[in-house]
Amino acid sequence: MYISVQTEDFDAAAISRQLCKNRTDIGAIVTFSGLVRDRSEAQNLLALELEHYPGMTEKALETIANSAFDQWDIDDLAIIHRVGRLERSANIVLVVVVSAHRKQAFEACEFLMDYLKTRAPFWKKEITRDGESWVDFKASDQQASERWKI
Amino acid sequence: MARLLYFASLREQINTDQEQLELPQDVTSVHLLKGLLAQRGGRWNEAFSASTALLVSVNQQMANEQSKIQNADEIAFFPPVTGG
Repeated sequence: MYISVQTEDFDAAAISRQLCKNRTDIGAIVTFSGLVRDRSEAQNLLALELEHYPGMTEKALETIANSAFDQWDIDDLAIIHRVGRLERSANIVLVVVVSAHRKQAFEACEFLMDYLKTRAPFWKKEITRDGESWVDFKASDQQASERWKI
Repeated sequence: MARLLYFASLREQINTDQEQLELPQDVTSVHLLKGLLAQRGGRWNEAFSASTALLVSVNQQMANEQSKIQNADEIAFFPPVTGG
């Protein structure tokens, strides 16, 4: 299990290779990358500023990761979340799950993202030419998280 | 002394990111602490009034209004999370 909260960029392919290193039992790698898009609540977004709660964030991600291991037959996973100022098209978040078969890895990856979005202490601020504003919590994210019933 | 932390929009609203606070003996729950902070008036009252959707953690674990608190605890208040 690899968990990191960092300002630096990440290389999804390198992380995937790392999870499979010296293993011959992996049949599936599922990766999800989240990027900064140029519009969300604000039009003409310039950048996002990601704030987090150092210490608690890492613990929350570990708890979420352990729930995935309890629930699905997966072999390893990585979660990387960037913080600080992130420009348009930059990487924000990476989840990689490896397992023997794809179904387990697909489901666990979706679960990890749904839980991360509603339970890990990160906050996004949108920066536009007109100023800055905090992103509102989305009810649809809460619903996505609750469907797992774990 | 309890260590209080404030994040994101809440931090900006009250212009405070952290403080050390000696909890009075009768302030034994998150609910009572929120009442104490609201009594500071102005923006604190707005931020900690009952109608505001604030989350709270005690010693880096998610908590709620009824959670017990004591001096030496790390208590953080923040808005709903928006990562990912």
